[in-house]
Amino acid sequence: MGRREWSRISRTAAFKELIRTKRAFIIPATVFFLVFYFALPVLIAFTSVLDVKVIGAINLAYVYAFAQFAMTLGLSHLYLAKTKRWDELVEQTKRDAAEKGVETE
Amino acid sequence: MNLTAFTIFVFIVGLTLLITYWATRRNKSTKAHYVAGGEIKGWQNGIAISGDYLSAGALLGLAGAIALDGFSGFYLAVGFTVALLVLLLIVAEPLRNLGEYTVADVLASRFNATSVRSVAALNTLMISLMYLIAQLVGAGTIVQLLLGINYVVAVVIIGILMTIYVGAGGMLATTWVQIVKAVLLMGGVFALVLAVLFNFDFSPVALFNEVSTQIGDEALAPPPASGLTAALGLISLGMALTLGVGGMPHILIRFLTVPDAKAARSSVITATWIIAVFFLMTPIIGYGAALLVGRGAIAEANSAGNLAAPQLAQAVGGDLFLAFISAVAFATIVAVVAGLVMAASGAFAHDFYSNVLRRGEASEREQLRAARAAAIGISVFSIILALGASGFNIAFLITQAFAVAASANFPVIVLTIFWKKLNTVGAVTGMLVGLLSSIGLILIGPNVMTENAIFPLDSPTIVSMPLAFLACYLGTILSGGAREERRELHVPYEEIYVRSNTGIKKVM
Repeated sequence: MGRREWSRISRTAAFKELIRTKRAFIIPATVFFLVFYFALPVLIAFTSVLDVKVIGAINLAYVYAFAQFAMTLGLSHLYLAKTKRWDELVEQTKRDAAEKGVETE
Repeated sequence: MNLTAFTIFVFIVGLTLLITYWATRRNKSTKAHYVAGGEIKGWQNGIAISGDYLSAGALLGLAGAIALDGFSGFYLAVGFTVALLVLLLIVAEPLRNLGEYTVADVLASRFNATSVRSVAALNTLMISLMYLIAQLVGAGTIVQLLLGINYVVAVVIIGILMTIYVGAGGMLATTWVQIVKAVLLMGGVFALVLAVLFNFDFSPVALFNEVSTQIGDEALAPPPASGLTAALGLISLGMALTLGVGGMPHILIRFLTVPDAKAARSSVITATWIIAVFFLMTPIIGYGAALLVGRGAIAEANSAGNLAAPQLAQAVGGDLFLAFISAVAFATIVAVVAGLVMAASGAFAHDFYSNVLRRGEASEREQLRAARAAAIGISVFSIILALGASGFNIAFLITQAFAVAASANFPVIVLTIFWKKLNTVGAVTGMLVGLLSSIGLILIGPNVMTENAIFPLDSPTIVSMPLAFLACYLGTILSGGAREERRELHVPYEEIYVRSNTGIKKVM
C-alpha cells in the first residue's frame, strides 16, 4: 500500500544524493570512533604503553581517556554541521516527489 | 537522621510531586502518557536524557570506584560517553522517524507479526526490570546509609514516588522530574568539584600529582596487562557500555518525546555536553575523596566505595553540604527509576495489552487505563522484588541489563533500520539468541558461579552480541530472505528506508 509512492520518492535525485552524502560521512565516522575507543582497552590490556607519565603525574592512559571526550564532542558537532546539508536534501526530496505526483507529510 | 538532610529531602520530594500534579492535569491521552504529547523541545529532552542517563551509580558508584580502584573506575565513564556517539550517528534519528510510543513500535513499523512485537516487548521488560531492581536495591541501601531510614521504608518510599510520577503524570512528569534532577545533580557536583579544587590551588594537575605522592602511582595507572582473558573482559565490558546504551529502552523512548528527527538530534548533542562535563568531573571527586577522606574511611563506610561522594561533601562542606549531596543522590535515584517504570510499563500496556492481546483494537480510554494500571503493577512488582533482594549483588544485575540490551535489542534495531533483507524469522531469531545467550553466559560466568565459572568473562557481550547479529543473518538467509515472506508480514524495505532517512510519515 503506497508502495509505488515510496518507491518514487526513493528514486528521486535528491534522495539518492541524501543517501550518498550520509553514507560518506556516517560509515567512516563510525569506523573511526569505534577504532579510537576500542584502542583504549586493547592498549591497556596488551601493552604498558599508556603507563608513561605525560603531564606531571597524569599518565598517557588518562590523557587518552580525556581525548575520548574531546573526540566525542568534536565528532558530534561535525555530524551536526553535516546535517544542515542533509536537511536541505530532505526538503528537496519532498519537492521532487511532489513534482512526480507524490504528496508527502 | 539530621534535620538539614530531612528538610532538603522533603523539599525535593515536594518539588517533584508539584511537577507531577501539574503534569497529571495534562496527562489525558495515550500520546501524553507515553511520549508527553511528542512536544518536548530538543534541548529540554537533552537535559532529561542526561537525567535519565546519570544514575546514582554514575555519581556514587563511579566516585567510589575511582577513589578505590583508580583508572579502572574512570574507564567506565569513557565507555558511557562514547556510547552517545552510537546514539547520535546510528540510532536517534531513525528511531524518531520510525517509532511511536515504544521500542517495539520501531520494529513493528517494519514487521507486522505479533511475534516480533512480543519478543521485543519481552526484551524491553526484562532489561528495564533488571535495571530497575538494581537501582531500587542500590537506592534503598544508600538512602538507609545517608538518611538513616530503614531499608524497607526507603525502598517503599522510592517505590511509591515512582508509582505516582508515572501512574499519574506519565512521561510528562517523568521528563520534568529528570530535568530537575539533572540541574540539581550538575549544580551539586560542580559545587563539590570547586570545593575540592580549592584545596589544590584550583589545579587538577596538582590534584593528580598529590595522588601520586600520597597514595602512589598505582592509583592512577591503568590495570596492568594480565593475559588474554582479562583483555577480552575489558573489551567485552567496553562493548556492553558503548553498544548497550543503544539498546536500553528507557533511553531510547526519550527520543520519542520530541516532534522530529532534528529535535532528536539536538537532544543528543545537549545530553552529550552535560554528560561529558559530568564524567570529566568524576576523577576530581573520586581522587579528591581518596585524598581528603582516605581510602580506608571510604571502604569502611561501604565496601564498594558508594559513599565516597557524600563523605567528601562532608569533609569539604560540613553537614550542610552532606545533606545537599544526599538529597541530590535521592533525586537522582527517583528520576531514573521513573524512566525505567515508564519503559517497562509501556512494553506491558502498549505492546502486550493493546497491540498483542487486543490486536490494536482497544479504545483510547482502555489503552490509557491499561498504561496506568501497568505503571502501578510494575512498580508494586519491582518493590516486592527489591525488598527480597537487599544485599544482592547489584553489579551482576546491571551487567546483565547492559549485556542483554547490547545483545537482544541493539543488533535487531540496527538491522531493522539498515538491512534490506532482514525478515520476520531473522528478527525474532536474533532477539531470542541475543536474550538467551547473554543471560545464559552470565549464569555460567564468574558473577554467578565464582571460581567454578565455565564462561570466564563477567560481561558476555563480546560473544552474545556477535551471536545475535549472526542469528539475525542466518535466520533471514535460511528462511529465504525478505522476498520469500508473505506480503502481509512486513512492510517493504523501501518505505522504511525513506521514512527513516527523511521523517516523511505518509504518502498520498
